[in-house]
Amino acid sequence: MTSTIAVTWVDACAADEIDEEDVIRFDHAGRTFAIFRSPDDAYFATDGLCTHEKVHLADGLVMDNIIECPKHNGRFDYRTGAAKGAPVCVDLKTYPVRIEKGRVLIGLD
Amino acid sequence: MADPTRRDYSLIGLDSRLAVERGLATAEWYKCPVDRKTMKELMKRSDGPAIRDTLLWFAFLAASGFGGWWFWGTWWAVPFFIVYGVLYGSASDSRWHECGHGTAFKTRWMNDVVYHIACFMILREPTVWRWSHTRHHTDTIIVGRDPEIGVQRPPNIFGILIQLFAIKSTWATFKKLCIHATGRLTAEEKTFIPESEQHKVYGVARIYLAIFAAVAVWCFAIGSILPAMFIGLPTFYGCFMGVFFGLTQHAGLDEDVLDHRLNSRTVYMNPVFRFLYLNMNYHVEHHMFPMVPYHALPRLHEVIKADCPKPYSSCWDAYKEIIPALLRQRREPGWYVKRPLPGHVEPLGAPPPGLVAAE
Repeated sequence: MTSTIAVTWVDACAADEIDEEDVIRFDHAGRTFAIFRSPDDAYFATDGLCTHEKVHLADGLVMDNIIECPKHNGRFDYRTGAAKGAPVCVDLKTYPVRIEKGRVLIGLD
Repeated sequence: MADPTRRDYSLIGLDSRLAVERGLATAEWYKCPVDRKTMKELMKRSDGPAIRDTLLWFAFLAASGFGGWWFWGTWWAVPFFIVYGVLYGSASDSRWHECGHGTAFKTRWMNDVVYHIACFMILREPTVWRWSHTRHHTDTIIVGRDPEIGVQRPPNIFGILIQLFAIKSTWATFKKLCIHATGRLTAEEKTFIPESEQHKVYGVARIYLAIFAAVAVWCFAIGSILPAMFIGLPTFYGCFMGVFFGLTQHAGLDEDVLDHRLNSRTVYMNPVFRFLYLNMNYHVEHHMFPMVPYHALPRLHEVIKADCPKPYSSCWDAYKEIIPALLRQRREPGWYVKRPLPGHVEPLGAPPPGLVAAE
């Protein structure tokens, strides 16, 4: 038996609002997210706060497929949410993303 | 009975609980406004400056070490070993620090290699200090939270003086190495080192002790302390410049404020000092934006200096303030140097009751 989780697609921003190899913050319904544009022009979304100490990742540095937290330099692969070593030990939650008519939509459960 | 006028700097005592209750733990800190485009430029990583500075560091270590070995047994060896010691026991301080942040090099493994070498030189256990420094950045000079408050109040002047030769820190580290080598951590360390990282501490402690034992055996075998002059002893005899630089960071300034402009100093230094210290003299800037690599800190300073207190023009300018401040805090532990902020901004947080600012 398979189960499906209902996803609500939320309009987050214009696709060209995010520079290549960069991130912006998106707040919605009391939650905060980070939306990434990779160097090869793909879009990704994760929770917006570092799993280490709740710092906004959108103030951090995007290098290739890595986001570094601005406070303690914790590193995550924003495509998978995987924590890449101390001081971050817990993975980031990721969300599906799609582009429609030049807008970035993220799928929230 | 505990002295009620003394604050509890341990991480498991009364002030630790009070810091959490007062919202000073893991709090929001003031940041000078810097637009995203500029900040991205400043944060940009590069291997070039750190490769240059690391090669120079190793070259100077090799040259001064060679001189010390060549002239060993004569007074001519002394200046060579002073230089070697400062490069080993003081310059390693800023190297472990920058590489621990992962900002010195762009390439991750280069940061890690230099981090481990520098940690050994300055005798700081890599995993313990990585996590203690993480806490230092989360809760900078918050009493009961920050494990790296270099000068606690009232200041222990004798302790500071003997630390010029790393006596306090080395004694404390050796005690901890013995604890860690047996597979244990102290209660305080358990507050900031996650369980998943703790096993790393034990292995490194055993390696450090094995290296020191090997050097000691070597010295006994040849009947000379020469091997220890290169490995181990420079941590003591070369530490003084690291302490000289390090005291300028926070000593005498406010505690328990959520604004690095009030608890940290930016001090202009000459190029030699800045090479040894890797621009950590821009300490307000480093604490406010730890993602900015050391080589970009002078540029960051230019961007935010209008929103910061006036920097100290030299080490002398800083020490003219620090020495009287520490002596006064011996008598009045509540007194501190209040840094004047630009008029348009108010610091976050509030000083604890009973503390008195400098006029």
